[in-house]
Amino acid sequence: MTGQLGDRLGSRRPRAFSRGARRPLRRPSGEAPTGFGRDRTPGSRIGVGLLMLASLGVITVDAAGGSSSPLDPARAVVGSVLGPVEAGTALAVRPLRETLGYLSSNDQLRADVARLSAQNSQLRSQAEQVPLDRNRLAELDGLTRTANQTGYALVAARVVGIGPMQSFSRTVTIDAGTSSGVRKDMTVLNNDGLVGRVVSATSTSAVVLLILDTESVVGGRLSSDLEIGFLRGRGVTGDRGRLDLDLVDNSVTPAKGDVVVTWGSQNGVPYVSGIPIGRVESVYSTPRELAKHAVIDPFVDFTALDVVGVVVPRRTHGDRPVINGRGGTR
Amino acid sequence: MRMSRPWALVLTGGVVLLAVVLQVAVLDLVSVNGVVPDLALIVVVAASIARGPQFGALLGFAAGLLLDLAPPADHVAGRWALALVLVAVLAGRVRSEARESAVASLATVAVCAFVASSVFALSGVVLGDHALPVAEMVQVIGIAVLWDVVVAPLLLPVLVGLFERTRPAELAF
Repeated sequence: MTGQLGDRLGSRRPRAFSRGARRPLRRPSGEAPTGFGRDRTPGSRIGVGLLMLASLGVITVDAAGGSSSPLDPARAVVGSVLGPVEAGTALAVRPLRETLGYLSSNDQLRADVARLSAQNSQLRSQAEQVPLDRNRLAELDGLTRTANQTGYALVAARVVGIGPMQSFSRTVTIDAGTSSGVRKDMTVLNNDGLVGRVVSATSTSAVVLLILDTESVVGGRLSSDLEIGFLRGRGVTGDRGRLDLDLVDNSVTPAKGDVVVTWGSQNGVPYVSGIPIGRVESVYSTPRELAKHAVIDPFVDFTALDVVGVVVPRRTHGDRPVINGRGGTR
Repeated sequence: MRMSRPWALVLTGGVVLLAVVLQVAVLDLVSVNGVVPDLALIVVVAASIARGPQFGALLGFAAGLLLDLAPPADHVAGRWALALVLVAVLAGRVRSEARESAVASLATVAVCAFVASSVFALSGVVLGDHALPVAEMVQVIGIAVLWDVVVAPLLLPVLVGLFERTRPAELAF
């Protein structure tokens, strides 16, 4: 099909040099139109122009569709075919991934020792501020208890595909889909904290928008004084992956080191409440605005995402075990 | 040694599919700041060099659309398709030079990588779709070009050879 159409589109050009790839392509001097674009013929121009128009058409159709784009069925088909392929490929290269991890772990351990000893001295100085911290802990504990009472149920999934940075969007594929109870707008977390939310799901795979993406907005709450605000991603992963926090109350100055958790939305869509997001790294303000902005260092290491949990309703039945909030597994 | 048309089609499709899947499922192992080698782009450039801009543009459209629709893509569909069609045209224009010297083919890949990433980034800015600050974009595009130039010497000769063999026989129609 591909070849046929290409050949038909190009069939108007003289055959003598159009298919002579094995022959020298340079024409005898004097006869040839030289320089850039010598291969141009009316046929090729129409074909290529049509394809460009088709691209622009697809962009227009998809962008105009908004939240329910006419291309969603195509996305679903490609997703349900390529999701398992990605999962299989990720499974096949897992030994390689683990070998590389083993090789790099020595350096990593040395760095860990340095980091932990620095942290240790920091903790020793912090131990002297126990009363203050106890206060904070009570707040945080309260939030965690709420979370436990709500009893989130989790479906475990593995990250099998990571969107390249060239696409400027921070998304990953996970290997659980609607057959395991995963739907659009569900919270995704891991051991460390909030990862993101599900933006689309096929039967065997789902796409997760990381909170680092520029399109991601999460409602956050400072755990020390319960002030609320909005966290926006900067679109960058790696060591510089940070979130910006804008507080609703202009007069509040977030404390450095304060923990930010989600404040949740109605029915836990798209984010359930009480999931830790990150820690306040620095606070800045601009002369033009009254509000203070805080930079949040997320708890999750987005460059090493592997096993994640999707928060599902308690009575979810699917082809994978559901881990319940109080430790039970079904 | 030419192959028959169905086989050529299967092979071409397989190469494109493999490039797209490897890019999201495997290459993050070697990513630099999240930027991975753009295998689909190198496939399209190779196709354009081997068989001319029309074939390259068709392949670019297909590969781009696959990149746009395959998970975990979340951007407006058609953006990579447009970028890769343009790249195919560009590579097709300089194909005779690119075939004659290795340096020229590397330069072609570098220019194509720059153009594709830039067109994709600009379309994002125009549509307000996952747009990053310009400084970040420039950095990503720079790393992407370097990656493609590093990977191209390994892949381009193999792919160009492959696509030449998929060319239908001279008197097939």
